[in-house]
Amino acid sequence: MSSSPEVRGRHAGKPAVTSGSAAGTATMELPPAAKKIEGRSPWRLALERLRKDRAAKVAAGTITVIVLCALLAPLIASWIGHGPNQQFIDTGLDAEGNPLAPSGTFFFGTDSNGRDLFIRVLYGARISLVVGVLATLISVALGTFFGLVAGYLGGVVDSLIARLIDVVLSIPFLVIAISIAYISHPGFWLVVFVVGVLAFTYPARIVRGQVISLKEKEYVEAARALGAGPMRIMFIDLLPNVVAQVIVYGSLLIPLAIVSEASLSFLGVGIPPPTADWGAMINDASGYYQAGFWWYLLFPALALLITTLAFNILGDSVRDAMDPRGAGIYE
Amino acid sequence: MSTPDNDVLLRVDNLVKYFPVKSSGYFQKREYVHAVDGVSLSVRRGETFGIVGETGSGKSTLGRSIARLYDITAGSITFDGEEISRHSQRRMRPLRRQIQMIFQDPMGSLNPRRRVGSIIGDPFAIHGLATGAERKRRVQDLMERVGLNPEHFNPIPAECTGGQRQRSGVARALAFQPKLIICDEPVSALDVSIQAQVINLLADLQAEFGLTYIFIAHDLSVVRHVSNNVAVMYLGQLTEIAPADDLFTVARHPYTGALLSAVPLPDPDQSERREQIILVGDVPSPIAPPSGCRFHPRCPKAAPVCVSTVPVLEPKLGDRPVHVAACHLPMAQGENLADFHPTIAAAQRVIEGGGLLSGDEAEVSTVAAEALATAPDAAQSEGRRQ
Amino acid sequence: MTRFLIRRIGQAILVLFAASIAVFLLFFVGPGPNQVARTFAGRLGTPQRILEIKHALHLDQPLYLQYLHWVGNLLQGNLGFDYYKGQSVNTVVGQALPATVSLVIGAAILWIAYGVFSGVVSAVRSRSLLDRGFTTAALFFYSMPTFVLGYTLIFIFAYELYRVTKFFPFSSYVPLTTDPWQWFVHLILPWLTLAMVTAAAYTRLTRTSMLDVLGEDYIRTARSKGMSERRVIRVHGLRAALTPVVTLAGLDIGTALGGVIITEQVFGIPGLGWTIVQAIGQQDLPIIMGIAILAATFVVVANVIVDIMYAVLDPRVRLH
Repeated sequence: MSSSPEVRGRHAGKPAVTSGSAAGTATMELPPAAKKIEGRSPWRLALERLRKDRAAKVAAGTITVIVLCALLAPLIASWIGHGPNQQFIDTGLDAEGNPLAPSGTFFFGTDSNGRDLFIRVLYGARISLVVGVLATLISVALGTFFGLVAGYLGGVVDSLIARLIDVVLSIPFLVIAISIAYISHPGFWLVVFVVGVLAFTYPARIVRGQVISLKEKEYVEAARALGAGPMRIMFIDLLPNVVAQVIVYGSLLIPLAIVSEASLSFLGVGIPPPTADWGAMINDASGYYQAGFWWYLLFPALALLITTLAFNILGDSVRDAMDPRGAGIYE
Repeated sequence: MSTPDNDVLLRVDNLVKYFPVKSSGYFQKREYVHAVDGVSLSVRRGETFGIVGETGSGKSTLGRSIARLYDITAGSITFDGEEISRHSQRRMRPLRRQIQMIFQDPMGSLNPRRRVGSIIGDPFAIHGLATGAERKRRVQDLMERVGLNPEHFNPIPAECTGGQRQRSGVARALAFQPKLIICDEPVSALDVSIQAQVINLLADLQAEFGLTYIFIAHDLSVVRHVSNNVAVMYLGQLTEIAPADDLFTVARHPYTGALLSAVPLPDPDQSERREQIILVGDVPSPIAPPSGCRFHPRCPKAAPVCVSTVPVLEPKLGDRPVHVAACHLPMAQGENLADFHPTIAAAQRVIEGGGLLSGDEAEVSTVAAEALATAPDAAQSEGRRQ
Repeated sequence: MTRFLIRRIGQAILVLFAASIAVFLLFFVGPGPNQVARTFAGRLGTPQRILEIKHALHLDQPLYLQYLHWVGNLLQGNLGFDYYKGQSVNTVVGQALPATVSLVIGAAILWIAYGVFSGVVSAVRSRSLLDRGFTTAALFFYSMPTFVLGYTLIFIFAYELYRVTKFFPFSSYVPLTTDPWQWFVHLILPWLTLAMVTAAAYTRLTRTSMLDVLGEDYIRTARSKGMSERRVIRVHGLRAALTPVVTLAGLDIGTALGGVIITEQVFGIPGLGWTIVQAIGQQDLPIIMGIAILAATFVVVANVIVDIMYAVLDPRVRLH
């Protein structure tokens, strides 16, 4: 709608915060230090900075544990002997048919169907991670493509893509998402698709801004002088130069996608039951937790919060590491 | 166009390139930067044609227009007998093998995220010629030709020295043994010691492959060293074209004279005898260039005719036909520019775009004019008066 | 400025037009006319009634006529007729809007106040303990899914503490006109939830923007002139730093007015978001379409207002 950086990078939801610095970083693809110290690529410098960041290490460790939980969920389930959708009508519910508190048999207690919450929380990690990563891949791929094309070709194509982004942003995400889910039948791939496609606007804007400053570089002119067409320039010459930014913002899109997926499932238009999903579990728990069944809400909510927090902390650290100007140069 | 001359590789006729200035609205008059404004020249096979001018003179735009990196506004470009000025980028593709460019900033013209070997292999990849091992062999062949270690295939540009980078740029341009290489300030971003290396390399390659160069630079001494013919450019137009030796012995255009006076001479005695000419004021805006001779606001010899009439490029004072200058009051041999004072009013000297003042005001004494023109405040108040 | 206004509003109309086509395609063309008529008729639809509706909505006509009919109604302010509830969509929206507005305005005051305050403190006392506290809190709430925070607040205040304080009601909504005090009390937790989740972005934006501004040359000049630090921040820093914050606030409020789906769902507030979720459960198509278009309008209008404010504050914007 507007070309001011603040307006471009905004959104009612979350990643707006990063927009301010996005405009600033766009022009710099190599930290000046990298030019002087030969043999140290910006990637390596970033990695070195990350290694010194304690919060990043804790976040990365947490994510590793969550990934392990997701990978090993079937193993743990068979080892304990509780399936994720297995109902323990006799042992998993009390005499009145209510969930059981955490115990030696059910570490996180049971849900209203007498299923093992511990196992379900583990399985929930699989959905969250897979949807989060797949949806992010979709939005990053789409966003990079649109951003490259809009930024490099400019003119009418750029205006068209800008208006497309405006339209997508004009209808609130959840309204579009639940509408689409309502029209077709909710399911895993639909959720991945909806969350992924609707989030393409953020990477698209960032890549577009980057490309606009990069296309003035002499190496682009050199490529044209050699006879390279727009496709080759966009995907062979420009793409490698925006990848760093895309990775940074992609890593911040993962938690956003995870929350979006959980929100859809919470509203009953996400992953259909009985698949174990954190958002759906929280929704199930909403009718119970106030009556004293706190564990029913606590564990899925905690799992979701820890996951998004870890991804956000890591994403922030990655961004700071790639663009160290953001931190502490004003003192 | 008139007489087919087999010796001429490139002929440029009345080339014009305007860039639109970002305007603030739909209804406002669009303004243009007159980057190249009616340039004609011809380049013969096997020669080095130098183009010199200050920053902003349009020499880079001229080079890039000839390479058809831009769509030109008007004029014609005939390359090797083929009129290419209206070719689409697609139709230009096969010709790109014949016309190559070497850029000023080797760091900027090599993609920072790709390996040197792969960058040098780009021409083959783009034109789908050699692939795999064959491509690598040819790339290494090229690297050897330009004095790079063929094993030095994998580093990214940031890991190379400035000389290695520019050699890589040369290697890339050389891939198809092009007929014409446009060198856009190829050495001005390099250390002096490396400048000589690269210039010698270019000369060796020219001898070996019979290349033709257009050599764009702002440094006259470099141009003199490498060029057979030199064109001097000022504000989008050529002021003088001459064989290099002629130009450096008898410059006809006062602008050339002023540029030459800034070149350090190897003989200190000679250097001391010569007076350096400091040009007055800045280069006027190319959006609304001065009327008549574009150099008149800064020219020590400026006369009313320079304001009213556009000078034509032609031989002056009995010069050979190959030495042309666009000047109403060309300099005679041994003439000292410092002895002259303009005979037009100060107001006209700083004015832009033909806004002529009345004759009365033109009567102001030249001394006062000089003072006015050099004082920054005066220039400002002039600006306000418009 | 006039030219800028015309262009900006023209763009907005274009976007709304495209959004209306998107909604139209999504709901009318996607499912096909028969399905639409059946859905509009609701569960009680007889074949006779379906035919009637099909005719009333011009579903038996070519697509472009259907669209023109629908948009024509929209332009007259008619969002459609809700066959399920037997009342006009305007009425349903009119009932839901006050709740959403109450929620959004109250929360917006909170999130802007807290976000700007914490952001400025963080920037001015950069690297201090306070800065770390605010920044960590921002990251924490930024990562917090709204429903997790909502239920947590309900659990703590409305259940665990209720035994002690007897103050916070669990949920639901009391209209302002019915009982202002109850309206206020019932909205405290929803306000907090929405504000905390949103404020995180403001803390971070204010902090970054303030740090950027404080690094500018003119701030250094002001300091070197001997201006007091407090005055430097108040007079020079805040004004420049808050421009992006104002932008974000305008857009966020515009979006939120279209329905705060999760917060309304968690607290059972019958606003636009709650209504659209109910409508989806009841397959009540006219309501969904009406609210979707209304939400898009809010966002686009907010965008225009923000851009105009921006152009007034900063003339450079008009050139783009």
